[in-house]
Amino acid sequence: MSEISMTVNGRKVQGTVEDRTLLVHFLRENLGLTGTHVGCDTSQCGACLVHVDGKAMKSCTLLAVQVSGSEIMTIEGLANGADLHPVQAAFREHHGLQCGFCTPGMIMSAIDMINRHPEGLDEATVRAELEGNICRCTGYHNIVKAVLAASKEMAKSTKGKGRAKAA
Amino acid sequence: MYAVNYHRAKSVADAAKLGKGDAKYLSGGMTLIPAMKTRLAAPSDLVDLTHIKDLKGITVSGKTVTIGAGTTHYEVATDAKLAKACPAIVYLAGLIGDPAVRHRGTIGGSIANNDPAADYPAAMLALGATITTNKRSLPADKFFKGLFETALKDGEIVTSVSFTVPAKAGYAKFPNPASRYAMTGVFVTKGKDGVRAAVTGAGDDGVFRSKEIEAALSKKFEASALEGVKVPSGSLMEDMHASSDYRAALILAMAKRAVAQANA
Ligand SMILES: Cc1cc2nc3c(=O)[nH]c(=O)nc-3n(C[C@H](O)[C@H](O)[C@H](O)COP(=O)(O)OP(=O)(O)OC[C@H]3O[C@@H](n4cnc5c(N)ncnc54)[C@H](O)[C@@H]3O)c2cc1C
Ligand code: FES
Ligand code: FES
Repeated sequence: MSEISMTVNGRKVQGTVEDRTLLVHFLRENLGLTGTHVGCDTSQCGACLVHVDGKAMKSCTLLAVQVSGSEIMTIEGLANGADLHPVQAAFREHHGLQCGFCTPGMIMSAIDMINRHPEGLDEATVRAELEGNICRCTGYHNIVKAVLAASKEMAKSTKGKGRAKAA
Repeated sequence: MYAVNYHRAKSVADAAKLGKGDAKYLSGGMTLIPAMKTRLAAPSDLVDLTHIKDLKGITVSGKTVTIGAGTTHYEVATDAKLAKACPAIVYLAGLIGDPAVRHRGTIGGSIANNDPAADYPAAMLALGATITTNKRSLPADKFFKGLFETALKDGEIVTSVSFTVPAKAGYAKFPNPASRYAMTGVFVTKGKDGVRAAVTGAGDDGVFRSKEIEAALSKKFEASALEGVKVPSGSLMEDMHASSDYRAALILAMAKRAVAQANA
């Protein structure tokens, strides 16, 4: 067992966990943040993506104790009250989801991608960078549309000030 | 996953002290943790190397490149100095897995693991890299020993890899459409000591140098020199994804693309 502490969605949290506890289980079971999903046991589907110190990582392939001391952002931390994050709003606008199971991971992946490409995104880049996110419903077209639209929207709203960091 | 005890090492010396018995080193965890989840690996202890500063970073000094074992695939893929010195390895790192895997997975973990379909082992072998551990330095030719086998002794830690930038280098990978690991990948270089061509994803004993490709490219370092070259399929992998004959054909096709990239 280990004592761990981290910042999750801006809130300091701590807990005592078995060393083998995965980050995704700590988030879901200890913190009740069930927006982060588990879709596979081969580290391939991306449903579990969260941001660790600003970078997208698979919370199913990290021990909670490994990221003790880090800043974590999950899907629950994005909206500002009733105001959706631009990527969330774009997924709604462009029907980027059907069952919604993959969506939290898709959105965390999209934000990471947009942050890493301040020069802007094109369709081929979005498709290549969604390599690690599997969707069984949509066929991806509307997800790609949503990411492109969000990327343009975020560039507009931060013009002149540089792109907003993190989520 | 079976129960395990986690330790966060502060230095290489600290890690070596903890890395005894059934303990395992933990770098990016992109191979080890999935293996533990499916109970294919069950170490008693995990010694986390990712907080050791000495294991991180890339230096390019003249023609010599050194990459710390703890450097992530993402860091290699986006390093501006390295992109100038040796674009082929930067390109290779950007092809590994997906962005989230690249954010955590490390070069040290990849070569210590020596998966027969991993990308870095081919680069190390073709670049004639030197692998440095906490105990010694050894050439890539002596380091990779077969499927998931290396020359590493129990408890030995890879600390960095280094190589002299060759005049030309290129990599081409045919990814498995499901896993994205190499179904066949070929890394070619032309340097002071001649041509080297290393193949991953295809050999039934892991990464290897192709004599046939090297001989043909030594005459003329161009894709056309590979026309009609026969790559024997006797010691190539055969599985549900591809027959050994198909892999032999892929080796030639990937070698041609790699040479074209190296000459571009
Ligand atoms: C979805 C997915 C897709 C992937 N696709 C690819 C791909 O296309 N190509 C590819 O090459 N790889 C791929 N990988 C593997 C990835 O590159 C891993 O990051 C890499 O193989 C292992 O590096 P790691 O840092 O994660 O090591 P870990 O998983 O932490 O460790 C791997 C092994 O090496 C040992 N080890 C780690 N560091 C050291 C060290 N410094 N000294 C001695 N021993 C050490 C560990 O004890 C363990 O046995 C993929 C992985 C996933 C999950
Ligand atoms: S649950 Fe993490 S990658 Fe599938
Ligand atoms: S919307 Fe159902 S898995 Fe993507």
